[in-house]
Amino acid sequence: MSAAASAAPVRSSARTLAPARTVATRSLVYAGVCVLVVFFALPLLWLVLTPFSPAPSYRATLSGFTLDNMAKLFDNPQTWPSIRNSLVLAIGSSVLVIALAALAAYALSRVRIPGRDQLLYALLLLSSIVTGTAAMVPIFLMLFQIGLIDRQVGVVLVLSGGLLPAAVFMLKDFVDSIPRSYEESARVFGASPSQILRHIVLPVIRPGMATVGVWALVQVWGNFLVPYVLLSDPAKQPAAVVMYTFYDAGGQPNFALISTFALVYSVPVVVLYLVVNRRYGFAFQGGIKG
Amino acid sequence: MPSTSPEAEVAPVAAAPVPARPGPAAPDGDVVGLGRGRAMVFVAPALVLVGVFLVFPAVWTIYLGLLDYSLTGSAAKAPTFVGLGNYVTALGDPAFTRSLYLTLLYVGFSAVVGQNVLGFLLAWFFRTTHAVVRNVLNVLVLLAWILPGSVVAFLWQALLDRRDGTLNAILGTTDYAWAIDHPMAVIIVFNIWRGTAFSMLLYAAAINTVPRSHLEVARMAGARPWQQLRDVVLPTVKRHVLTNTLLITLWTFNDFSPYLLTGGGPDNQSEILPVYIYKEAIIGGHLGYGSAISLLLLVANLVIAVAYIRLLRTRSHDEATA
Repeated sequence: MSAAASAAPVRSSARTLAPARTVATRSLVYAGVCVLVVFFALPLLWLVLTPFSPAPSYRATLSGFTLDNMAKLFDNPQTWPSIRNSLVLAIGSSVLVIALAALAAYALSRVRIPGRDQLLYALLLLSSIVTGTAAMVPIFLMLFQIGLIDRQVGVVLVLSGGLLPAAVFMLKDFVDSIPRSYEESARVFGASPSQILRHIVLPVIRPGMATVGVWALVQVWGNFLVPYVLLSDPAKQPAAVVMYTFYDAGGQPNFALISTFALVYSVPVVVLYLVVNRRYGFAFQGGIKG
Repeated sequence: MPSTSPEAEVAPVAAAPVPARPGPAAPDGDVVGLGRGRAMVFVAPALVLVGVFLVFPAVWTIYLGLLDYSLTGSAAKAPTFVGLGNYVTALGDPAFTRSLYLTLLYVGFSAVVGQNVLGFLLAWFFRTTHAVVRNVLNVLVLLAWILPGSVVAFLWQALLDRRDGTLNAILGTTDYAWAIDHPMAVIIVFNIWRGTAFSMLLYAAAINTVPRSHLEVARMAGARPWQQLRDVVLPTVKRHVLTNTLLITLWTFNDFSPYLLTGGGPDNQSEILPVYIYKEAIIGGHLGYGSAISLLLLVANLVIAVAYIRLLRTRSHDEATA
């Protein structure tokens, strides 16, 4: 606070700004902005244009509009199973993470378990250091030895284990912010713990569970490395991995298929992001009425 | 930890007897009357899953790294204990030392410098710019960040393709193979494109915490934008720079996506550590050796994460005593 007050020394010379100089810096700034817009937009062009191009190739061009590529996507026997696999992995992990994180977060928030704060810090630390990259070897070997390699349940368990610490952390924050008066008044009226949990706590923390669930869903939906390492059967692989198998015998990508597939695979992520972002300003509002 | 199934552990709660009378709320906040025992039962399933699929693999890496253990061949049947042999092999292997060097280049240029500086510039620029320009750029930067990794890697392949790539078409260069001639530059630029959004969001939030009145005072005193930046904004944002740098360093260090762009090639010229581990352990089947390298990665992650958490703790301590 005090830094800012002392950090505004009077610079009398600065008042003599040459207008030419401002114009120069302004045009420089806008040139830079144009470069940045091109830099960030250029790779994205392909995703927008190619799915509807009559002659899809590596080049992103605006040469007509067709829905033929979409028809090819619908006819391909490989695409939908992979989307289904992505859904199975994402929804499976998301549900598992929500259920276990909600139970743990509620208990950690409301009951003083010995060593709670240390446990939470340890979890936070772990989730950031044990990444898919750093742990791929032991995880691969462990699943290999317990017979979960090349099985989707193995991928769900591994991904859930990785997401849980952060999920517990986020949900505990959320539960902490909820006033206890809801539970207190239910208790005063003689509700049992199980009744309070089901009828009071669950509805109240549902928005937090939804946020964490969407977060987990997006994380798993986009994950490439874990299913790539753990699943070898193409029939079980999710969209993230299968996308790299749409090549013809000559090694040329099947552009019609890859472009439409990439678009269909990306849209849910963007939509979910927008939904969460719009809701992000959500704060627990209301209160006990009456 | 008991290995009962989560269902079995949760079941007693549903059948819990109704308490005879509602006692006063416990002072520690246990208003529902869960009790310590049931609270532990609530926490147990999450801990079991994290323990088995996160903690155990990390700890097991230490042991595996001391073995000569392969997926195939004689070392598959009977792994032998080689002590620090894998680490000695790694240090003597030019492929490993080069991979380490490439990783430092990758993290340094793409994250510590690239994402950091570009993210800050964007956040600083967004402060005063026209809303339309800001929104357009904001959406583009965010899209690069939220799209699935497989998709963006293919987008960059299409952009940089030797014959039909959009970049060659725009620049008028024909038959220029960017990913083969400059693999490191390509993955560095790619990662700047991919990850700048996080730094941008963090710095935008940090700059927002600078009181407007301070900037106003500085402006009245005749400070030019870069002087305002240096004297007013940077002192406030300084700690966020450290936070941001630690986080993006950690993530970039563990980033596997360059594999989808260059496959570590050509000739291992862009083989950063994650790709090196994958090729050695999963493709080559050298699990012991791969574990030893993984442990180095884990330790590096640990150092960064501990620094980060200490930073957060001292900050909350400062705020408490301020």
